[in-house]
Amino acid sequence: MLSKIVRTVANQLILFILIFGLYVIAHGQITPGGGFQGGAVIVSGVVMLLVAFSSKELKKSLRERVLSIMESTGALIFIILAFVGIGTAFFYNLLVGTPIFGHIPPIGPNPGDIWTGGVVPLMNLAVGIKVVAGLSAVVLALALFSSGEEVEE
Amino acid sequence: MRQVTGLIALIVLVAFLVWGVLPPTMRDFGYPPSDMDDYIIENAQEQTGNNNVVASVVFDYRGFDTLGEATILFTAVTGVLLLLRASKRRKESS
Amino acid sequence: MEHIPLNFPFLAAALLVGISFYIIIFKKNLIKLIMGIAMMASGVNLFLVALGYRAGGNAPIYTDVPEGPMVLPVPQALTLTSIVINVAVLALMLTIVIRIYRHTGSLDSEKSRKLKG
Repeated sequence: MLSKIVRTVANQLILFILIFGLYVIAHGQITPGGGFQGGAVIVSGVVMLLVAFSSKELKKSLRERVLSIMESTGALIFIILAFVGIGTAFFYNLLVGTPIFGHIPPIGPNPGDIWTGGVVPLMNLAVGIKVVAGLSAVVLALALFSSGEEVEE
Repeated sequence: MRQVTGLIALIVLVAFLVWGVLPPTMRDFGYPPSDMDDYIIENAQEQTGNNNVVASVVFDYRGFDTLGEATILFTAVTGVLLLLRASKRRKESS
Repeated sequence: MEHIPLNFPFLAAALLVGISFYIIIFKKNLIKLIMGIAMMASGVNLFLVALGYRAGGNAPIYTDVPEGPMVLPVPQALTLTSIVINVAVLALMLTIVIRIYRHTGSLDSEKSRKLKG
């Protein structure tokens, strides 16, 4: 556990990193970015918290059962979205033209519109949740193993 | 003996790699053949409705590769968490 | 039209793979071997992205793009998948090295070669 100045600054900075990561995930169909990149940004914020506070303190907030449920939910939602358009083909984009995420942008260079894309923004969210839960569980397990011989349940 | 064999293998591999990359064997940098990518750049905005062509290639035209990659990530995380459990059985009384 | 002499980006990727060949053949420390494998992964990713460049091209995104041709999008999608797979395999390799160190007590690859029962 580092000094009081480092702990206070880390408490303030984690909010901005979380919002920037969610911005990169949510605007995956207009700007460069998407599910994997935004998940990596949020995991780097979790690593900053792990360095500022010790791993024994962080184990009380990020329980392992919650992380496991989040990762399985993300993978399950991704597979269900792949099976939605099974009438035509596997991975068919069914929501283009319907009111949910279904606008079609004008052809050529244009300022972006967020309500476009079909199934792709929902898949971005599912993959983002999966990457955040999986990689932060790996980092927490490595830090706990090399600091003390605690039983992890 | 091991040093001499390793040195010969290294020289042969590096020479083969560098020969395969210089101009008469490899085409010029900046002029790739592109038939499939021209079709994707033309028709990605009306078929998928995305502005981002790379995201629509990753999740729509080639979504099966992303499914395999999500499976690999899940398997690797399970393997790491399985190997890092401290042993609970401290008393060996049997 | 401009032509870059000697295909310089491809040569840089081939030199990265060549240096990591040297590390894997001649070094015995386990951590240095893992660093060599990570360097080889970086060289392959650089080669894959440099294959899809069009001279004078822009990024393949239609939001406020200037005039001109576009770079090919499919090699960039394959590189994204490759980076995530490399991160997962690297995490698994480092965990196995931690277990080997706890079991045998040294980081030399010559000492952990016997298969004891």
